[in-house]
Amino acid sequence: MSSQAIHSNQIDSETGKLGMWIFLFTELFLFGGLFLVYAVFRAKYSADFHTAAAELNTFIGTLNTVFLLISSMTVAMAITAIQKNQKNLAMLLISITILLAALFMLNKYFEWSHKFEFEIYPGSAVLKNMPQGELLFFGLYYMMTGLHALHVLIGMILLTINLFKIRKGTVSQIHYLHLENSGLYWHLVDLIWIFLFPLLYLIT
Amino acid sequence: MQNGETHISSYKSHAVVLIALLLLTFISVAATGWHFGAYTVAVALLIASIKVATVIINFMHVKHESLFIKAMISGVFVLFALIIIITFIDYYLR
Repeated sequence: MSSQAIHSNQIDSETGKLGMWIFLFTELFLFGGLFLVYAVFRAKYSADFHTAAAELNTFIGTLNTVFLLISSMTVAMAITAIQKNQKNLAMLLISITILLAALFMLNKYFEWSHKFEFEIYPGSAVLKNMPQGELLFFGLYYMMTGLHALHVLIGMILLTINLFKIRKGTVSQIHYLHLENSGLYWHLVDLIWIFLFPLLYLIT
Repeated sequence: MQNGETHISSYKSHAVVLIALLLLTFISVAATGWHFGAYTVAVALLIASIKVATVIINFMHVKHESLFIKAMISGVFVLFALIIIITFIDYYLR
């Protein structure tokens, strides 16, 4: 590759990452709005939030935090691997990331279905008869963890696309912006969970 | 990528960051049993903020980004903090 081509590739990478960051800021404010709603209602109905949060399983929450933290590391390592032209290692690390994301979703499935068994879900009769604060807590719980789970799914799809791109060679040691941006997205998913976890599971 | 140089983070440095993040998570879980009273929320959010900063700086490679991207990210987080602080001032002074 000529030095000119390398130079233009760097400019593409810089602007590409800039665009991704601007998108991530909009995501931050999307969840930030929900955090604010949570914070204000928590201040207003602290006793109800306390009771409702005690219903959540701290162990499952902690386990999911560990899954997401490890997956954040593996995706960061995948970028190191592609920079060192270790294609197979990069693909293995991305696969581990996707697997950890799937484990996270599985945990979430068990957690939600357990709540559904007790008829705690948006619009259920049990929930409607709860005190106002508990109703708000579970509403926010489903909204925030649901929106987050949707991001996990999108992240899994993005990482899978990267697997194919690495195999095809369109993501390589020279052009890995797609992997970098997918990695940034995946870290955002992790960042949001880092705040959701103490707010929903630990503050009881 | 900046100034024609690409910084490649080592596998080891990523592993060290993960260990730090896991330790902070366990401290955060353990801290809920220590009964700080009114400060429990503050302690949990402080630990979460440290974790978030660690992920952004290390895993998201902001440490090696251009000054422009660094300034932009810091600016947005300051704005975010201001929105939260102003909302709470409004809420408590009503």
